[in-house]
Amino acid sequence: MKIRVLGLLLLSFALLVLAASVGSTGFESLLRAGRDPVAWQIVMDIRLPRACGAWLAGALLGLAGAVAQGLFRNPLADPFLLGSASGASLGVGIALAFLGSAPVAGAWLPRLGLTGAAFVGAVGAVLMTLALAKGVGHTLRLLLAGVVVGVVLGALGQLIMMMQPEVMLAMQAFLLGGTGFVGWQSCLLMATVALLCVLVAWLLSPLLDGLSLGEATARSLGLPLAQGRVALVAVLALATGTAVAQTGLIGFVGLAAPHLVRSLARVTHRHFMLLSTLMGAVLLLAADTLARILIAPQELPVGVLTAVLGGGYLLWLMQRSNGSERAMP
Amino acid sequence: MKIASNSIALQASGIRVSLQNCPVLHGIDLALPVGRWTSVVGPNGAGKSTLLKALAGLLPCGGGVHLFGQSLTQLSGRVRARQLAWLGQNESAGDDLSVLDVVMLGRLPHQAWLAAPSEADHAAVQEALQLTQAWGLRARALGQLSGGERQRVLLARALAVQAQVMLMDEPLANLDPPHQADWLALVRGLVAQGKTVVSVLHELSVALHADDLLVMADGLVRHHGPCDDPVTHQALAKVFGHRISIHALQGHWVALPVSA
Repeated sequence: MKIRVLGLLLLSFALLVLAASVGSTGFESLLRAGRDPVAWQIVMDIRLPRACGAWLAGALLGLAGAVAQGLFRNPLADPFLLGSASGASLGVGIALAFLGSAPVAGAWLPRLGLTGAAFVGAVGAVLMTLALAKGVGHTLRLLLAGVVVGVVLGALGQLIMMMQPEVMLAMQAFLLGGTGFVGWQSCLLMATVALLCVLVAWLLSPLLDGLSLGEATARSLGLPLAQGRVALVAVLALATGTAVAQTGLIGFVGLAAPHLVRSLARVTHRHFMLLSTLMGAVLLLAADTLARILIAPQELPVGVLTAVLGGGYLLWLMQRSNGSERAMP
Repeated sequence: MKIASNSIALQASGIRVSLQNCPVLHGIDLALPVGRWTSVVGPNGAGKSTLLKALAGLLPCGGGVHLFGQSLTQLSGRVRARQLAWLGQNESAGDDLSVLDVVMLGRLPHQAWLAAPSEADHAAVQEALQLTQAWGLRARALGQLSGGERQRVLLARALAVQAQVMLMDEPLANLDPPHQADWLALVRGLVAQGKTVVSVLHELSVALHADDLLVMADGLVRHHGPCDDPVTHQALAKVFGHRISIHALQGHWVALPVSA
């Protein structure tokens, strides 16, 4: 376990160095950062906050994915299951329609407005799901309510795009996800939330272990399911909402990170939470760096890359498990 | 059955349970004595599994359940879990966890939150796995096991709790005859230690090995009495529409199907 954590941390460090070396001025800026103030600015104010932001957003999504899969006892559960993605995009749509359509202008006020709107939208959607499902006690009802909220809020978001075509491009950029606007302030916020969420998820890991044996068995073991579920849904909403608000809708990281951990190690949730968090961080930082390299000097939206890579990985995983089932005597 | 109240492990009074607004149990009173094995039998849909869940405090129900004289509602979850272990039927299980981790979950009620397993926990897990002949499977993932192996591991999980009362729903599911015989010996061993065992069983010939039989039909207890009592045999035949007959064979009772 310690080796795996150390391995992921070392990989993170190597990727951070790589991410700090990628850009229009290349590796040189990193080498000259000590003596050249411009190079220093490029590395410290542009490349590193973005790389750290990608790492932290990936960590939040990886953790949220692990919590969602443990909570719903479904390996296909992802962080956006309770409607937070549609809620966030509706929030952004409403904000864009009201703030005017200049989100990429770089001014901090509209950006903060969009971030806040995405967060409120994501968390609001989860609260709506909880209200529809009448709490967290019934897993299937919660999942269905999440689907309903996702569809309805998604449709409302589309309606805004149709009625205000000028917000379409900005909203599309949000839907595809990106780390280009992440600064140190965002990093600090994400790091604080990530620490808090990892701590709570780690504290509640015995509950998820118990739940993996079925709800009745978990209850028979005397686990505080009702309170634990509320706290875990809060972690799910907070981690997803924060990541989405800072980096848009980046798909598949939350789904693929826990799967990758499972394929590497058979561990209880106490370690699974930490490993999924680190795996999500490594995945998104790697994808973000790749998105900057692939068609340089232009950039691919990182959400597109994670969808393609994550989708491909899951297909490969499916193929592999089919293969091993066929090979069984 | 008249039993002194201080020797009652589990007592139910007027248990009523509805599932999705459909009444399943219609007011059940029973007293399960300490140190005896009771088998719950009855036709499909009689409410056997629901009764077991209600006795384990896993379902909201009308009426009351008392564990060693204390109301289940007044016991904390952990205290109840240390005294009463439950093995479910068709419960989903953590396929990604190792067998050792799964059985160690049975020790959760004894451990401080997030504490590392103690020597006693490791010993209890090893003993439970050895009792179910599953110690050799300890490093494998639960998802890699056959149905019977998996059932033995889940049984070990329940045994690892080392509770005074054990409720088991279809514990013989997927077990082959040798392992069924091992299970019988295991339950006899538990009862000899003074533990109370309640099992829901479809295999009537195995159920008749118990000390007492609780015969259920249509959400009601039709009979509760010793397995070797002819009145119990009559009640059993009656709830199955006289489509079974009970015979003595080499010191055991066996139930045979009767053609229509």
